[in-house]
Amino acid sequence: MTATKVSARESAQTGLVTVAKGRLQQLLAFASLIVISAFFSVASPYFFSYDNFTAILFSTVVIGTLAIGTTFVIIAGGIDLSIGTGMALCAVMSGVFLVDIGLPLALGVPAAILFGGLIGLVNGFNVAVLKIPPFIATLAMMLVAQGLALVLSDSAPIYFTDVAGYTDISTGNLLPGVRFPNAVLVLLGAALVAAVLLTKTVLGRYTYSIGSNEEATALSGINVRRWKIAIYAFAGLFIGLAGVMISARLGSAQPATGMGYELQAIAAVVIGGTSLSGGKGSIVGTLIGALIISVLNNGLQIMSIPQEWQNVILGCVILVAVYTDMIRKKET
Amino acid sequence: MLARKITAALASAVVALSLAACGSAGDGAGGGGEPYVAIVSKGFQHQFWQAVKKGAEQEASKRGARVTFVGPATEQEVEEQLNMLTNALAKQPDALGFAALDSKAAAPLLQQAQSQDVPVIAFDSGVDSGIPVTTVATDNKAAAAEAAKHLAEELGGKGKVALVVHDQTSLSGVDRRDGFVEWMEQNAPGITVLPAQYGGGDQLESANITKSIISANPDLDGIYASNEGSAIGVIKGVQESGASGVTVVGFDSGQAQIDAIRNGQMLGAVTQNPIGMGERLVDAALKAIEGQRLPETVDTGFYWYDKSNIDDEKIQAVLYQ
Repeated sequence: MTATKVSARESAQTGLVTVAKGRLQQLLAFASLIVISAFFSVASPYFFSYDNFTAILFSTVVIGTLAIGTTFVIIAGGIDLSIGTGMALCAVMSGVFLVDIGLPLALGVPAAILFGGLIGLVNGFNVAVLKIPPFIATLAMMLVAQGLALVLSDSAPIYFTDVAGYTDISTGNLLPGVRFPNAVLVLLGAALVAAVLLTKTVLGRYTYSIGSNEEATALSGINVRRWKIAIYAFAGLFIGLAGVMISARLGSAQPATGMGYELQAIAAVVIGGTSLSGGKGSIVGTLIGALIISVLNNGLQIMSIPQEWQNVILGCVILVAVYTDMIRKKET
Repeated sequence: MLARKITAALASAVVALSLAACGSAGDGAGGGGEPYVAIVSKGFQHQFWQAVKKGAEQEASKRGARVTFVGPATEQEVEEQLNMLTNALAKQPDALGFAALDSKAAAPLLQQAQSQDVPVIAFDSGVDSGIPVTTVATDNKAAAAEAAKHLAEELGGKGKVALVVHDQTSLSGVDRRDGFVEWMEQNAPGITVLPAQYGGGDQLESANITKSIISANPDLDGIYASNEGSAIGVIKGVQESGASGVTVVGFDSGQAQIDAIRNGQMLGAVTQNPIGMGERLVDAALKAIEGQRLPETVDTGFYWYDKSNIDDEKIQAVLYQ
């Protein structure tokens, strides 16, 4: 019994060591972000401006929020494909709570976020208890969520026109006298909470531990099954938050949207240095990864690069980022 | 070793930049005095949008203007379209062409365009707002009614028909469904119209839907498909099910539909005029830049085409391969 306890501590320590090593990757990702931004600043007269920078941050909010939640799941050695359409479902639920039922904002918004947690909880149950591989379990949830979003909305967008203050969650300016959208504050707040939970709490420690060596973690007496469910459910809250943020930005819940967001979010996580094989990664890295994608999208469009080429470039960046990660792993 | 790591990590940036550089070589980065029209479309890779793009570029080069054309990968990506609109406005265009996926979502950005004194020209589907100076579009309901009329004539005013529609949420999907159904209800009492089925404009999906409609209704006489992808799917579905005596009418063009009409698998189709839409969009934008007054709507028209007139010059000019 004591021996297994030790191995748990070891695996937890391995987790902490990887956090330290992740620093370098973060630094390099950050350097890439700076280099790319510097290039666009030189290449286009319209890139380097306050308005454009807030536009880039603003466009990062939804993918960034999804990516933060997914970082937990991926570090724990899982994957979540249901975040994109799950987000659409949570947006629709937000519409159901606020528009159809008429709940006040202070109840409806948390309810929509908790609904995301429920999606995650079901994913976690399917993965941890029913032992369905995460790829399949969440692929199934992706379809369920897509269908439910259409069913619950009668396949039509739900507009928040009569819900006072809803769009302010995203497009309002809380900071007095500054044009800085609230959505970006929400993203930064969510990232801060996630980073603290990942690095300073039991939830974070077990996330790393399960991802680096699930068996050892289980042998050390940790209830892996329960913690996995908790990790998926916690990550689900970010699906809910993303659903609120996208519907607040659009002023409507678009039931048919969301497909493809999961891949962009996963790309952001991977570019940010989180390993798809689990056990390592960070929230800061993910945030930088999401920013790299937004900066590339924004910069390439501002430079009037033909759209066909924009995806080619984005794809190459992802390849290089993953390859870099592999080199790094070989060396450590 | 550290050097190697840094090299590897920065390689991502280098790849992006070199590709960006060769990409930009192809595109007219030439600023100068020529008017610049930024176009944000509802789609991009679909043949229809490529035809609009072609029309816009033709008109621009004829008139000495510069255009850029972007659009999201699918017509569900409302948020992506807003990002594209934001980026287009950041380039301070002289005019903006915009086909809204969701008018209300785009309202704040359109206000921004107005405050930047950028005239907005709506195209394809209307933008539900007072800001656009004009709307350049096809009357989808009338076009769908035209398809219904030809199908009813072919069937002699009686029988059972089905609809495979590309989308139940977008305005074009709804109009093309309702235009067809309403015409049938009012003018062809002898024709039973089955409830519409939706294939997302996806060929495979639409083919599968078609096959299940046919097996559920062995006495089916006709099928109407509401866009290019749906039409190709319906043709495939009819072919695979081996059913005979099912008359297919479609929408838009594209090589597969043109071939099907020529070899008799399809009766005919209604085509919009996407190239003309692109041309008139740029024309309206340039007029708006010069401060000319524009009519509220610019109808880009539609045509019915079948075996008998497919080679007419007028039809050939609006079909895209």
